[in-house]
Amino acid sequence: MSEIIFDSRAVNQALDVMAEKIAADEVYIVGIQRGGAEVADALQHRLQKTAAVIHRGNLDISFYRDDLDTIGPNPEVRCSELPFDLTDKQIYLVDDVLYTGRTIRAALGEIFDYGRPASVKLVVLVDRGGHQLPIAADIVGLLHHAGDDQSVKLMTDPDGWYIERRQVK
Amino acid sequence: MSKRLLIKNGHIIDPANGIDKQADLWIEDGKVVAIGGYNGIADQTIDASGKIVCPGLIDMHVHLREPGQEWKEDIESGSRAAVAGGVTSMCCMPNTGPHIDHAGIALQVINRARQVGLCNVHPIGAVTKNLDGRELTEMRELTRAGCVAFSDDGAPIWHAGVMRKALEYSATFGYMVIQHAEEKELTKGGCINEGWISTQLGVKGMPVEGEDSMISRDIMLARRAKARYHVAHISSQRGVQMVREAKAEGLKVTTEAAPHHFALTEEEVLGFNVDAKMSPPLRTEADRLAVIEGLRDGTIEVIATDHAPHHEDDKRCGLSCAAFGIVGLETMLPVSLDLVRGGVLSMSDLIAKMSCNPAKLLGLNSGTLSIGAEADVCIFDENATWTVDREKMVSKGKNTPWHGKQMTGEVTHTIKAGRVVFENGTIC
Amino acid sequence: MEALKHLFGIADLSKEQIEHLVNLGDSFIDINRRPIKKAPTLRGKTIINLFFENSTRTRTSFELAGKRLSADVINISASTSATSKGESLLDTGQTLAAMQPHVLVIRHSLAGTCEFLAEHLEHTAIVNAGDGAHEHPTQILTDLLTLKQAWGSPEGKTMTIVGDISHSRVARSHLLAAKKLGYHMRVVAPKTLLPSEVERYGCEVYHNFDEALPGSDVVYMLRIQTERLTDACAFPSIREYHEAYGLNAKRLKAAGEDCIVMHPGPMNRGVEISSDVADSLKSHILNQVEHGVAVRMAVLATLCGGHPEEKPVSKKKSSDEVKQAQGSLL
Repeated sequence: MSEIIFDSRAVNQALDVMAEKIAADEVYIVGIQRGGAEVADALQHRLQKTAAVIHRGNLDISFYRDDLDTIGPNPEVRCSELPFDLTDKQIYLVDDVLYTGRTIRAALGEIFDYGRPASVKLVVLVDRGGHQLPIAADIVGLLHHAGDDQSVKLMTDPDGWYIERRQVK
Repeated sequence: MSKRLLIKNGHIIDPANGIDKQADLWIEDGKVVAIGGYNGIADQTIDASGKIVCPGLIDMHVHLREPGQEWKEDIESGSRAAVAGGVTSMCCMPNTGPHIDHAGIALQVINRARQVGLCNVHPIGAVTKNLDGRELTEMRELTRAGCVAFSDDGAPIWHAGVMRKALEYSATFGYMVIQHAEEKELTKGGCINEGWISTQLGVKGMPVEGEDSMISRDIMLARRAKARYHVAHISSQRGVQMVREAKAEGLKVTTEAAPHHFALTEEEVLGFNVDAKMSPPLRTEADRLAVIEGLRDGTIEVIATDHAPHHEDDKRCGLSCAAFGIVGLETMLPVSLDLVRGGVLSMSDLIAKMSCNPAKLLGLNSGTLSIGAEADVCIFDENATWTVDREKMVSKGKNTPWHGKQMTGEVTHTIKAGRVVFENGTIC
Repeated sequence: MEALKHLFGIADLSKEQIEHLVNLGDSFIDINRRPIKKAPTLRGKTIINLFFENSTRTRTSFELAGKRLSADVINISASTSATSKGESLLDTGQTLAAMQPHVLVIRHSLAGTCEFLAEHLEHTAIVNAGDGAHEHPTQILTDLLTLKQAWGSPEGKTMTIVGDISHSRVARSHLLAAKKLGYHMRVVAPKTLLPSEVERYGCEVYHNFDEALPGSDVVYMLRIQTERLTDACAFPSIREYHEAYGLNAKRLKAAGEDCIVMHPGPMNRGVEISSDVADSLKSHILNQVEHGVAVRMAVLATLCGGHPEEKPVSKKKSSDEVKQAQGSLL
């Protein structure tokens, strides 16, 4: 059983607001594969209108997870790409949905293997609650309280993106 | 007091005397006294209905490892394995430690076998002292001690000059030389047949030419010496053909085949199976079929196992390091019966290759059920099935390629000089 | 796709498994190029490199692969002779397995060593780092990653492999991989260095190097061991070998513009390959070395993860249960 909790209009509005908060002359944006990378692309698209200099990177945190078991059966590991030196930079780390915080923890670990940024700000499209680690987003597009027996996902259809909540088990 | 044993209603096959019929076999005082009617009362009766009653089998090529390597096998365990396989006479090879290259060791082996009392053991004497291919042994002395032929088995006589002298000297006195035909300079470092399988496994192969070239050379030398030359465990197509041609020419050239060489091919080694490693190695299907054809047309007159027991430690070290050889006494008959089932040989011809044929080559008086002969008898059910379990093998050696395989044909009784020594799985 | 328990050889891998390992290796290249070459993927895993043959690059490559993924890596060099004098191969294997490593990486001069040990060490994943003249799967995965970087896919390409085919595990593994992935193989060697019935792999066999070159997309040179001169009478002299089977820039011209050159190393310059080729832009030899680390990371990560129910566990039941309990706490 699933229901749409945010439609494409709500998602687009949220992205606009997020982009405004990030806007600066020079921006460093790192998306987490795969959903976070797509959100980062959407933000980049909006920021380009303001003619800012944007540095884009992506992280695949497969090798940084605390459950290695996902690597074996998951042949689709995407490359991490950070085509800039992040030392002493302010980095916006972007993900689609913030849930337990474990993905973010892994991503932070990976970022620090590339260098020592001045700061890292966490940007998420949806914060669905249920955090298991002391991790909170700095910029949140949409807020929703989902139960532990529910999954919240960024979905796409011809009209654009929407957020779906699904009952699991 | 005389003891009478009656084997009732069996199908008696005695190739030496051309007997192939349903009849009773009477044994008294350890000798065969009658086939058919006999006037007397039996002390002991074995019902052999539906079974074949034949002379106790002879295996002219075994390794008993005593003296020297008793942890692999000894004369007692080897004798027990023999009677469990229906074998009542066997010839043991001289590569013991010390070697059977002088009369003392030959006598020791014979006496030990007599003490065990299950199976005749006839030693094969060494051709050269220390099996080192240089100086001939005292063949006359060894013969007097009980050796029935000569061989350096695992250490082939590579030196053509020595081989020539060995053939000439043995021919002088009518002795037979048995050669493990292998040109070791060609097979050095090899562990399986050279070909597609050895290429795929990346192990060094033993080319068939190693066997063929030595058979070829030996036949030429035997021709000049007019010697009796016997090729041990022949495994190659060309080798069989050379023996066939030598026979046609009238040379005194004979040969034997081991059950694994007519039952299995080199494919058995795939997966690095150490229990399919022996020398000569399992060869190609063409070679296997040639050996079968040689058995059919009489080129190969003897079936012998090359029973080569090894300790687990000698096999459990990977294919390249593992010792050569497999055990064979307990599976000789059922594996060979496939030749009858496959229409290659009649039952009588098959039994001949494991009884009177080797007896004739070696001058043994066993291998027949003639009236007055020592009553060595094998009784088997040609249709009974059983599964080979290496843990249940009687031999100390557990190195068999047939572990877990089903066998058709089971020895039910073995009788040595009128005494039942093996009965339905139990050694008495 | 079937889970990998051990890596014995290319023979046991499906096309999908090969491609998975190569692709995974591809994604590890990046970690090796970063300033901080470390990911926590294999934290808490123990890997033992057990090398019975000398090897610098393969051992170092496995060691770096394990360490860069945060595994604990132990190297043991045991010369074959020392082992045969005292402890048997099996005892060495069992002793190390009793220390509960997750992976044993083994190189041995005898073919089938890994299969043999795996039969007796049920609970340790085994990786073949080269066994006699049998297989060298991680080298082939390395080469395939190099070819992927060069061409995308090896399908339809022609690899000409030259040298001591007879004693080469690399050649055998490539001949097997070629069939699965659809590239053509030409083998070039004098008859003294060709194994029996090699054509049954489905390759073309050449004795004349110059005739084999036109149409080749990659020329793969094998190391010639000078021991073969004396031990096996395989060729009369280095000079004559180089003249007939050595690769130099002039000879390579026959292969055409785009042909690349590979070598599993270590090279004998002036024997099977000249410096004018080894150091040229056509040479992918150092790429192979770089990719070797990435591919071995992929192999170790695949064997250590992904299949909790088949993960190495202790032989004894009691400690088995303890381990599982610990696992669930993590």
